[in-house]
Amino acid sequence: MFGAVTLDSYAFLPRAFRTMFEAAPQFEHEPIWADFTKPLNQARIGLLSSAGIFIQGEQDGFDVERERQEPTWGDPTLRPIRSNVCQADIGATHLHIRTDDLLRDIDVALPINRLGELVADGRVGSGAPEHFSVMGFQQDGAEVWRTTTGPEIAARCHVAEIDALILAPA
Amino acid sequence: MPVLARSIEAAGIPTVTVTMMPILSDKYRSSRTLGVQFPFGHSFGAVDDPEMQRRTLDAALQLLVDAPGPETRVDVDEQWPGDAREAYKNWQPDEPSPIVLHSMEMIRQARAAAKPQS
Repeated sequence: MFGAVTLDSYAFLPRAFRTMFEAAPQFEHEPIWADFTKPLNQARIGLLSSAGIFIQGEQDGFDVERERQEPTWGDPTLRPIRSNVCQADIGATHLHIRTDDLLRDIDVALPINRLGELVADGRVGSGAPEHFSVMGFQQDGAEVWRTTTGPEIAARCHVAEIDALILAPA
Repeated sequence: MPVLARSIEAAGIPTVTVTMMPILSDKYRSSRTLGVQFPFGHSFGAVDDPEMQRRTLDAALQLLVDAPGPETRVDVDEQWPGDAREAYKNWQPDEPSPIVLHSMEMIRQARAAAKPQS
């Protein structure tokens, strides 16, 4: 089943960016792997989106004002998103994508409702009590993500006994 | 996002990355990648299309179960519903992002500096 289809990574990317990504070097030289050993119908699954989602009235949005002042900087912080959040409470701050669709239907970027359906159907053991949101534009190297945000998400996954995480770059 | 995926995976949490740019996952040697040819901001599918969103999430979960080892990549064989040219325009913000504006200004300044003085 692996590698049967190869899609065009640049299909929706403006042409000016294509050259930059094509010329990018190999960033990592060692593979990485954590085993997934539990049957899916007994596993707890979490979700992570980089669409800049936050909960209005409870959390601040991502700091786009600083990004406007420092265009090479992107807010590297984390917003936990509880699994029972209402669509009406969803906010999003992201200067690189339009967020209209996810403000109407969060599942385009963070499919908490679809995951709930798969749990109800018995396909998945359980959904995480909270999922995770970041804003995807980061400084070169994404150092804070590497040293702080990533370990923070992993620690929260361990506490919540999350067995695997589905990540969705926006 | 591949940086986060590697950091989380290094802490023992298996990950699947659902991305419209699987070539970037390749460059970061991500563990498990599900490629989707969808507009940015829509990793799981179109708005108000729960069946499409569910198919994508289910494919990611199946990859979690089936992947035999590091750098497993599966690209989803599903076209974006509707006009792809419209979708290309619609995912982009009305105003260019700060880094794009900054880059345009740098290019303008470089061209001005290179222009012969009259």
